[in-house]
Amino acid sequence: MRLNTLAFVSGLFFSVGLGVSGMTQPARIVGFLDFFGRWDPTLAFVMGGALAVMIAANRLLGRLGRPIYGSAFPLPPPTRIDARLVAGAAIFGIGWGLGGLCPGPAIASLGAATLPSIVFVAAMAVGMVIHNAVFLPRLPARDAIAETATADR
Amino acid sequence: MALGGGAMIGVAAAAMLLLAGRITGISGIFAGLLRPRRTEAGWQAAFVAGLVGGGLLLARTRPEWFRFEIDRSVGAIAAAGLLVGFGTRLGNGCTSGHGVCGMSRLSGRSIVATMTFMAAGAIAVLAVDRVFGGAL
Repeated sequence: MRLNTLAFVSGLFFSVGLGVSGMTQPARIVGFLDFFGRWDPTLAFVMGGALAVMIAANRLLGRLGRPIYGSAFPLPPPTRIDARLVAGAAIFGIGWGLGGLCPGPAIASLGAATLPSIVFVAAMAVGMVIHNAVFLPRLPARDAIAETATADR
Repeated sequence: MALGGGAMIGVAAAAMLLLAGRITGISGIFAGLLRPRRTEAGWQAAFVAGLVGGGLLLARTRPEWFRFEIDRSVGAIAAAGLLVGFGTRLGNGCTSGHGVCGMSRLSGRSIVATMTFMAAGAIAVLAVDRVFGGAL
C-alpha cells in the first residue's frame, strides 16, 4: 500500500465516521452548541471516541522508530498561545455555529452534492485564500515549507 | 452511533499518524491543495477524494444524514464558509486538527483553540436564536 492509497482509505473511513456520528447534520451541530437552549450533548461522544483511539495511538508512537510511509513522526507541538490562535479559533467557531459545518463534514457532504455543501466549501476555499494573501509571505509555494514546519496540532 | 463514529474517525487519524507520520487536520489538508507542496499534495488530494467518496457512498443509503435542516440563506452559508476557511487558517486547525489530533497529544494550544471555537460556536448559535429568531 502506498501513501496515497492509505490516505484515500483513511479519508473514506473518516468520512463514514463523520456520517455515522451525526457530524454531517448541521441541525445536530447547532443542537450540540446550544448550551443555553435545548442542548444535545450527544456529539461530545464523537470527540470522546476519536480521542480515546488517538490517545492510545500517541502512546504507541514512542515505541516506533519511523513511519512506513513517511520520514518521521510529527515534532512535539509548539507551545506559544498567541492572539492569532485565539482569534482564528474564535472566527472558526462563529462560522461553525452559523453554518453548522466544520471542514471535514462539509467536504464529506460534497459527496451528497447538496447546494449548501457546495456553497460552504467554495466559500471556505475563498476564506483560506484571503487568509493566505493577507498573512503569508508571497513566496512560491514550494519555498513555503518552513511555514508549515511550524504548524501545530 | 456517536461514540462508534467517533472511534472510526480516531482509527482513520491513528492510521495516518502511525503509518505515515501525518496529522489528520482536515482544514490543513484542504488548505494544502490551495498551496500544493510536492511531497504532500498527492496524499492530501487522495484523502480529500476519500472524504468525498465516503459522502457519495453514504448519500445513497442514508440521504437523511446530509440534510441541511437549519434555517439559513445561501448568503449566510457562504458567510459561514468564509469564516471557517479564514479562521481555521489563522488559528492553524479545526475540529479534527486541534479537537482530535492536538488534544490527544495534550497540546496546550489545541486545548485553548478547542475551548475557544466551542465557546464562539455557542455564542453564534445563541445570537442566531435570540437576535434573529433562529433563522439567518
